[in-house]
Amino acid sequence: MITWLLEPLSHDFMVRALLVSALVGGVCGLLSCYMTLKGWALMGDAVSHAVLPGVVLAYALGLPFSLGAFVFGVGSVTAIGFVKQKSRVKEDTVIGLVFTGFFALGLVLVSKTRSNIDLTHILFGNVLGISQADIQQTLLISALVVAVLLLLRRDLLLFCFDPTHARSIGINTGVLHYVLLSVLSLAAVAGLQSVGIILVVAMLVTPGATAYLLTDRFDRMTLLAITSSVLASLLGVIISYWSDSSTAGCIVLVQTGLFLLAFLFAPRHGIFRQHPEIGP
Amino acid sequence: MRIEADQVCVDYNGRVALYDASLHLPAGSICGLVGMNGAGKSTLFKALTGFVRPSRGRIRINGQRVAQAQREQAVAYVPQSESIDCGFPVSVWDVVMMGRYGAMNLLRIPRQSDRIAVRDALERVDLLELRHRPIGSLSGGQRKRAFLARAIAQRASVLLLDEPFNGVDVRTEKLMAELFLQLRRDGRTILISTHDLSHVRDFCDLVVLINKTVLAYGETSEVFTPENLALTFGGMPPNLLTGPSSAEEPEP
Repeated sequence: MITWLLEPLSHDFMVRALLVSALVGGVCGLLSCYMTLKGWALMGDAVSHAVLPGVVLAYALGLPFSLGAFVFGVGSVTAIGFVKQKSRVKEDTVIGLVFTGFFALGLVLVSKTRSNIDLTHILFGNVLGISQADIQQTLLISALVVAVLLLLRRDLLLFCFDPTHARSIGINTGVLHYVLLSVLSLAAVAGLQSVGIILVVAMLVTPGATAYLLTDRFDRMTLLAITSSVLASLLGVIISYWSDSSTAGCIVLVQTGLFLLAFLFAPRHGIFRQHPEIGP
Repeated sequence: MRIEADQVCVDYNGRVALYDASLHLPAGSICGLVGMNGAGKSTLFKALTGFVRPSRGRIRINGQRVAQAQREQAVAYVPQSESIDCGFPVSVWDVVMMGRYGAMNLLRIPRQSDRIAVRDALERVDLLELRHRPIGSLSGGQRKRAFLARAIAQRASVLLLDEPFNGVDVRTEKLMAELFLQLRRDGRTILISTHDLSHVRDFCDLVVLINKTVLAYGETSEVFTPENLALTFGGMPPNLLTGPSSAEEPEP
C-alpha cells in the first residue's frame, strides 16, 4: 500500500501532476457547491465547452489561454441570455445550441490554425505532461477563484438561496451573477488542465452533489466538497499511473464512486439511511 | 407617506404587467393587496423591492428612491415558502442572519448587535429553540415565521408579505396576526398580498384592489365592497367571493 502510494512520487512528472490536480480539484470542489445549489450544472457544462475557441485563439495569438477562455466563457453565457430573452425558445434548448455552436467553432479553429495544440490534450486533459507555464497559470487562476469565492462567500450563498431578498437589501445581484459566471469560466480553464473540457463539468458538479448528501450546513458542505474532490484527484492520478489508463477518466470515476457511496450510505440523505426522516 | 407610487407601469419585453398603478400608504398600517393570480401583485412587489424597474411612473419609499431605500434596509420581502429551495443547507439562524447582511460590512461578519437582533427576532416568532435546525426540516408555518423573523431582524420600515397565510397552521396564523399588530404599533407599514378575503376583513386597515392596475385603495370599510371585488375578480358574483369560503374553493 505504502509503495503503491509512494512509488509514483519518485517521478517529477507525477509529483507535478498530483499537485496540480489536487489544486484544481480543491478549487473546482469549492465552486461546485455554488453550482449545485444554484442549479447551474447545465450552465457549467455549457461554459466549459464554450471556452474551446477562446483557448485555441489565445494559443494562436500567443496570449495566456485563460484570457481567451474567460472571454468566450462569459461571451457564451451572454449569448445564451440574449437569445433566451429575444426569442421564444426555451432556456435549456438555447444553452444546448449555443455551447455546441461555440464548441464546433473551436474544433474548426483547431484544424485551421497552424499551431502545435494537441486537441486531445484540451479535450481529455494532459496533467501528466503539464508544462511549467501552464502550472503558473493554473496557480494564478486558482488563487483568483478562491479569493473571489471566499470574499463573496455569504453574498453568493444568499444569491443562490434567495435573490429577491438579496436585491431588496441593496445587493447587486446582476453583478453577482456575472462574478459567479466569470469564476466558472476561470475554473473551467483550471479544470481543463487536469481532466479536459469534456469532463470538467464533473469537477464542477460531482463534489458539490456528494457533499450535499452528507450535510445540512453550508460550511461543512464546502469542506466536504473540497476534501472529496482533492481525494478523488489524487487517487485518480495514482490509479491511472498503476493501471496505465486515462487520468481524466480515473479522476472522474473516483469522484463518481464517492458520490455513489454518499448516495447509498449518507447518514441522513442516503437511500440506506438509518433514520428515515419523518415527514409527509 | 411610507410608500408612494404614482402612475407606475411595468412591462416585461413589451408585455404589460402593470399600468398606471398609484397608491399612497401611510406609516403604521396593515394593508391587504388583493387580486387574482397574474393581476400584478408580485410585479408590484418586485417594483417596490427594486427587482424590476418601472418603465414609467415614480416610486418613493420613505420619500426616497427605491435604490436609496434598499441601501437603508427600508424594505423587507417575505417570500412564499414554495418559492424557496427547502433543501438548502442553511440553518434557521443563518436565514434570519441574512436579514442583517445589508447592515454589515462587505465580508458580512456579524457583530454582537447583529446577533442580538437575530436572537430577538427569533424570540418574537417563537423559533429560538429551533434555531440550529436546517430550514428544510421546519413545517410550512415555522418556515414562514423564520422568514418573518428575517424581516424583523432587518428592522425594515416596509414589510412585503407574499401570501403569508397560505398553508400555515392555526398557531402560526395567530402568532403572525399578533406580530402584525405589534409591528404596526412600531410604525411599520405591512403590505400583505393575499387572495383569502376573510383575512383582509379581519385585520387589514387598508386594502388595495389590483387587476393590472390599482382599481381602488383606501380604508377597508370603504373600499372592500362587493362592486369593487367584482371588478377585481373580473365580474364573478361577489357573494361567492365575500362568503366565508373564498374563491379558491375547488370546483365540484
